[in-house]
Amino acid sequence: MADEYGLVQKSKIMDAARMKRALSRLASEIVEENHGAKDLYIVGIRRRGVPLAEKIVARIEQLEGEKPLYGIIDITLYRDDLSTVGANPIVNRTELNQDIENKRIILIDDVLYTGRTIRAALDQLMDFGRPNRVQLAVLIDRGKEHRELPIQADYIGKTVPTKKSEIIKVMLKEYDDEESVWIYEKSAE
Amino acid sequence: MDKPFRRRDLLGIRNLSSEEIIGILNTAENFREINSREIKKVPTLRGKTVINLFFENSTRTRTSFELAAKRLSADAVNISVSSSSVTKGETLVDTALNLDAMQPDCIVVRHSSAGVPHQLAKVSKAAIVNAGDGANEHPTQALLDAMTIREHKGKIEGLEVAIVGDILHSRVARSNIHLLTKLGARVRVAGPKTLVPADFAHLVEKDLEVCAHIEDAIKGADVVMILRIQKERMDSAYFPTLREYSIHYGLTNERLDLARKDAIVLHPGPMNRGIEISSDVADSSRSLILDQVKYGVAVRMAVLYLATGGAAIGE
Repeated sequence: MADEYGLVQKSKIMDAARMKRALSRLASEIVEENHGAKDLYIVGIRRRGVPLAEKIVARIEQLEGEKPLYGIIDITLYRDDLSTVGANPIVNRTELNQDIENKRIILIDDVLYTGRTIRAALDQLMDFGRPNRVQLAVLIDRGKEHRELPIQADYIGKTVPTKKSEIIKVMLKEYDDEESVWIYEKSAE
Repeated sequence: MDKPFRRRDLLGIRNLSSEEIIGILNTAENFREINSREIKKVPTLRGKTVINLFFENSTRTRTSFELAAKRLSADAVNISVSSSSVTKGETLVDTALNLDAMQPDCIVVRHSSAGVPHQLAKVSKAAIVNAGDGANEHPTQALLDAMTIREHKGKIEGLEVAIVGDILHSRVARSNIHLLTKLGARVRVAGPKTLVPADFAHLVEKDLEVCAHIEDAIKGADVVMILRIQKERMDSAYFPTLREYSIHYGLTNERLDLARKDAIVLHPGPMNRGIEISSDVADSSRSLILDQVKYGVAVRMAVLYLATGGAAIGE
């Protein structure tokens, strides 16, 4: 039964408990690699990167006793495909209230697919200043073969090989009924 | 609604739905932050051409549109009538077709005759944005006024808004009346009888009242909007002297005290100090005139972003 986007639900690859453990591991890996929470600046990419970033910030505070800096970016204005999507999509607020100069930024997004969203996020960050280092953490990596730009994730919740006709949906309580990760397929009709 | 505005042109507020208006305001909200960054630029309209075609003098609005275009990385070109071929006798349609041949993405037009942007929209492939056509409409002014009101009052619905001055010749008044009543505010207009036609109340379906005296309009108002006495449009004697006008209709602290304690004062600018508004009021903390200018750039960025969005007409 296709939904209004012509997508059919196929299989569930993560439930809420697995998501929580994966995010916990990502938070641990981040503080391990960066030797603690000092100078860390966690930046969630709208929309679904935002709740994930909030959970990671909370977990880092639990682990290190120190809360890292936190911000949100909306990359709509930096997309490379605006002229092809018809009417311009709504823009939401970017909130990078602290200076990013010399900080270690960890971009957080739900799914890494072609890499174009991350390219847009990097361009946007550079317009704000010169960070010391930018790294990427994603809950799901759809695999290198889909990458359209040389972009990689430094921290990955789960790598899920997929087809082009498939879509991965990360559901979060802020926007959906449940917390889970599903594979959807575009229906044949 | 993820795509608030699907039109190619912004010709007026009259034909917009309240959802479209709110969509534009919400978009403008999120563009504000760019104007306080160190690097006030985003690449969104890179490579797009915006032409400011101003047949009427205006530094403020034209600069606002020019900055809005440049901050979106568009190429902005200004054409003002004194230096254009119109003085050599070219028709409006020919001017439009000639510009179109240079493939602009957007033309922002201001003209002393109503309906010029609508004419251009029929002839030109570019997105047309009305920057003021005669006494008809000035949609971006009404939008930035609404943004200023929303910012300070949290909402527009249910507010009492007084608009005072030369209503007859004011496109700012007309656009504001359409927008405010569409969004659920109640509007009271006041001015000399010669400048406020009695049947003006029929401009919109409801929530518009014509008051005989400025005091009646201002009493209990949440927002007081003062219009400029447009000396350049007065082709006949609408009132005896400017001094007479300022005595009976000028906004002073005494008159402002009739409004609510937390009322705000707006003026589209440029203001004639001491005539339609006293210096005391203009410089007080209740006057948001400079905020209006600030939000003007964000609103115009939002309008340019939405109008050049590539949507086909009626998509």
